[in-house]
Amino acid sequence: MSPRRTDTGGRIDRLKTIRFTFDGAPYTGHAGDTLASALLAKGVTLYGRSFKYHRPRGLLTAGVEEPNALVTVLKGEVREPNIPATMVEIHDGLVAISQNRFPSLAWDINAVNQLGGKVLSAGFYYKTFMGPVFGPLKGTRFWMFCEHFIRRAAGLGSAGSAKDPARYERMNAFCDVLVVGSGPAGLMAAKAAADQGARVMLADLEPRFGGSANWSDETIDGAPAADWARRIVAQLEGRDNVRLLPRTTVWGYYDNNTLAALERVSDHKEQPGKGEPRHRYWAIRAKSVVLATGAFERPLVFPGNDRPGVMLAHAAERYANEFGVLPGERIALFTNNDSAYRAAVALKKAGAAVVAIADVRPELSPEMRKLAAEAEAEIFAGHAVVATEGGKALSGLKLQRFDMTNGALIGDARSIHADCLLMSGGWSPTIHLASQAGAKAEWNAARQAFLPPKPTQQWIGAGAFTGSFSTTEAIAEGRAAGLAAAGGQSTPAVLPVVEAVPGDPDPAPVFEIRAKGKSFVDFQHDVTAEDVRLAHREGFVSVEHLKRYTTLGMATDQGKSSNVPGLAIMAEALGKPIPEVGTTRFRPPFAPVSIGSLAAERFGDLKPERLTPMHDWHLANGATMYSAGLWYRPMIYGHAGETVEQAYVREAKATRESAGIVDVSTLGKIAVQGPDAAAFLDRVYTNMFSTLAVGKARYGLMLREDGLAFDDGTTWRLGEQDFLMTTTTANAGKVMQHLEYFLDVIWPELKVHVTSVTDEWAGAAIGGPKARQILAACVTGTAVDNATLPFMGIVRGEIAGVPVMICRLSFSGEMAFEVYSGAGHGTHVWEALVEAGKPFGLVTYGLEALGTMRIEKGHVTGAEIDGRTTARDLHLDWMLSKKKPFIGSAMMDREGLIASDRLELVGLISLDNKPLNGGAHIVEEVDEANPHGSIGHITACCYSPALGKHIALALVKGGKARQGTRAHVSDPLRNRFGPIEIVSNHFFDPDGSRMHG
Amino acid sequence: MLITCPYCGPRDVIEFTYQGDGNRERPDPASQNFEAWNAYVYDRLNPAGDHNEIWQHSGGCRAHLKVVRNTLTHEISSVVFTRGDHGRGDHGSAARGKAEDKS
Ligand SMILES: [Zn+2]
Repeated sequence: MSPRRTDTGGRIDRLKTIRFTFDGAPYTGHAGDTLASALLAKGVTLYGRSFKYHRPRGLLTAGVEEPNALVTVLKGEVREPNIPATMVEIHDGLVAISQNRFPSLAWDINAVNQLGGKVLSAGFYYKTFMGPVFGPLKGTRFWMFCEHFIRRAAGLGSAGSAKDPARYERMNAFCDVLVVGSGPAGLMAAKAAADQGARVMLADLEPRFGGSANWSDETIDGAPAADWARRIVAQLEGRDNVRLLPRTTVWGYYDNNTLAALERVSDHKEQPGKGEPRHRYWAIRAKSVVLATGAFERPLVFPGNDRPGVMLAHAAERYANEFGVLPGERIALFTNNDSAYRAAVALKKAGAAVVAIADVRPELSPEMRKLAAEAEAEIFAGHAVVATEGGKALSGLKLQRFDMTNGALIGDARSIHADCLLMSGGWSPTIHLASQAGAKAEWNAARQAFLPPKPTQQWIGAGAFTGSFSTTEAIAEGRAAGLAAAGGQSTPAVLPVVEAVPGDPDPAPVFEIRAKGKSFVDFQHDVTAEDVRLAHREGFVSVEHLKRYTTLGMATDQGKSSNVPGLAIMAEALGKPIPEVGTTRFRPPFAPVSIGSLAAERFGDLKPERLTPMHDWHLANGATMYSAGLWYRPMIYGHAGETVEQAYVREAKATRESAGIVDVSTLGKIAVQGPDAAAFLDRVYTNMFSTLAVGKARYGLMLREDGLAFDDGTTWRLGEQDFLMTTTTANAGKVMQHLEYFLDVIWPELKVHVTSVTDEWAGAAIGGPKARQILAACVTGTAVDNATLPFMGIVRGEIAGVPVMICRLSFSGEMAFEVYSGAGHGTHVWEALVEAGKPFGLVTYGLEALGTMRIEKGHVTGAEIDGRTTARDLHLDWMLSKKKPFIGSAMMDREGLIASDRLELVGLISLDNKPLNGGAHIVEEVDEANPHGSIGHITACCYSPALGKHIALALVKGGKARQGTRAHVSDPLRNRFGPIEIVSNHFFDPDGSRMHG
Repeated sequence: MLITCPYCGPRDVIEFTYQGDGNRERPDPASQNFEAWNAYVYDRLNPAGDHNEIWQHSGGCRAHLKVVRNTLTHEISSVVFTRGDHGRGDHGSAARGKAEDKS
């Protein structure tokens, strides 16, 4: 057996051995162990180095509030930092490493920070690094110099850069009663509510339900409390109206009784089950909530209270009773309340020697004296611990007589030899969720604790959460809360009978022993009592300012154990009672939440995809797909051995020489219909649509209300009151919402209906000198000659037996047609077009060639309509009708929008025949060492097969006036500098002779 | 936060899109009053208390709603269609009738 593992007892399975590594060394533990309990069982005392001073730190707690023992868990290349070892369930193959140590945990170079003492006191960073620069290495510049070293020294665990392959899910749930916490109060509440027939959810952040019943050593109805808990859980398990959520942290309490929870579904497994997520994010809407979240034990603040081997009393009790692990062999206790005596008895029973109990109270009850005798511990009433000794483990401590009325230490200190010191500073109810729900906590002087406020939402508290620290009270309150939450009548009932050691729930009002040495308040952020006082001396009187200045309570544990002692010390410094200093409002999350669980289905294999009707054909015919938003579109149809550039150049060239076809089904399509449809479009577009003839299409531009360009596309008039609007792929949803807003809110009198029909139509654009011949070869029911189908004309006909609508319009600059068919006919029509095109040398082309041809033509897309450009900037002012007002017309002529130095659309030609890059800056002179003086940037670029040059579109200050001049591209990130010529954006066929044919 | 859509019933806020301050008055389209346009496009009330807001039930019936929401408590005291008498209500009841026919 392990040095610290007891032979019997605990909820671990000694027959099941689990192998894992910590800092590269192999360890074993048992099923049911946490990483903390397994390492403690092997005699590990050192778990981490502290944040600022790199002091050695051990386990302080056994649960979610652990501030010291933070580890990084490695899964393959993925690292998850800052996980309390107390919350990691061990499994075969677990790899965990310690943090904030260099080069190793046992030997840490930065521990010299401890010798520096005052150097890193409160506000050190602000004082040293902020402010004006005097001399070479002061203030901000000094910070820049030191930052590298300090970040390394003072960081917590470091995040990884590998992509997380794990799957995350989100679940919405509804219930009548959500019970948070599964101790005796929570179990009773869940059972009472379930008995009423309510739909109940029971969540607990631990893997085992039962809370304190798992380690209290009490009996309930004659059986060990843990067995009683198991029996209640078994009863709940079998019921249809109960959902049990172990390993589930309820971390947020929002409006309308909506709660957020994180379920750690498979972290405790070597491999998740098939289809199983790592984490599941629950959004729970509960009619009523029972908060049975218990309480956190508080540390006492005294010199050396952070030494490895100093632990909270209940945590030791828990290690002994729940995990069968003794945190030490010679144990001393230091307390201001009765609950520590229960721990003393438990540890004695588990086999440890309890050598001393120091109690700040001069008078002790006979019951406590009896418990101390049972533990065979010597009592030091009216004493305090004033120092601890040892390095990486505790070797002893010093006691001194203490007057709790004035905090004075009297007489000489005496030494006690011990390898473990347990402390108890009283208990703070876990009121975080109640505070989040929207009310201020209330100070209770007897309990020396903040108790939950009166509910402002539908919740009921029970058990230690309300300050009722005994199991008997928890059981009664839990049942009553469950009944009330389920809307049941409170009926007298025979409640389970608890046998427990006695104890007064009220501690003595002692938080700190003031003696020489560093006394820690916030263990994780290394904030000492002296730091709090220093902050006060420097004028910080508000608790919010104190928190920010000292960073008290701002670490990953959010001050779960440090809040109240910190406030108490501050109150004393201010000479005010604690409730007047006030507590801060708790905010979500209660405990850290994985970002993956919040992203959930928006990421990874659950992310939705939009596929065009011809998607499978593209894949079967060699397309490399490109994701554009949720859509997948062919990028190129590459031949064997071709690079991307070779492929798109071939595709674009073939299109201009004979013909090409591209899938344009992703364009947004909106049916705009009704008696006022034409009038509506006149208001929405900058140009006229009421004058458009039926059977014709027109290119339109939309502005935003502020006068900036919004979207462009063609709209087809299919009938007097029937228009088909097309939008860019990216803006389809935004344009739809824009139209709906104006119809619903601004012009409800207009009789117009808009319907998104993007998915109803499949679209293929076929362009090139041979395009008309190809159509003529496969279209029936209509002619496609220039008279029947002029530029911007629309005809209906059939291809391969199915109806199609054909509009002659061009994005590529070639004689081109868009062929629309029902989505279900998309592939059929596409194949017929490809077949008909074979004798004419038709190629399929993808987004790259599409982009190349549009750059050659100088057409704008989202890269140029970027929310900052106006119609004039894009040389589209010819589209701004002067005959009517339209959305944006009143604001588009503002001074700043018509200034002469605005960025305007231009074309660029690379003069050194090297490629240009999107995002690169344009400068008048190149200064590689100190790039400056940008006059604009590149929005799109390509190699133009039509020109035989590298070209780009760019937005350049006063661009039109610069046409014909030279400048330089400056792209220091990609180390690209070179000469360019600024030209018109219409590179190719500027008079449009090719498309007009 | 829950918004009770007059057509769909109480729904979670994630089904809705905020469409801006409901107090704004769009000037007459032909108006050249620059101050009025500027106020309409840029000025927003930011009250601590009841606020008139426009929300779209974008993940539901897509209607725009005039919502009175308390910015301190998130309490919603009124939700009506922005279309008022312009037919969205008729629309809704017609569609609902259709749904009932099916069942
Ligand atoms: Zn709705």
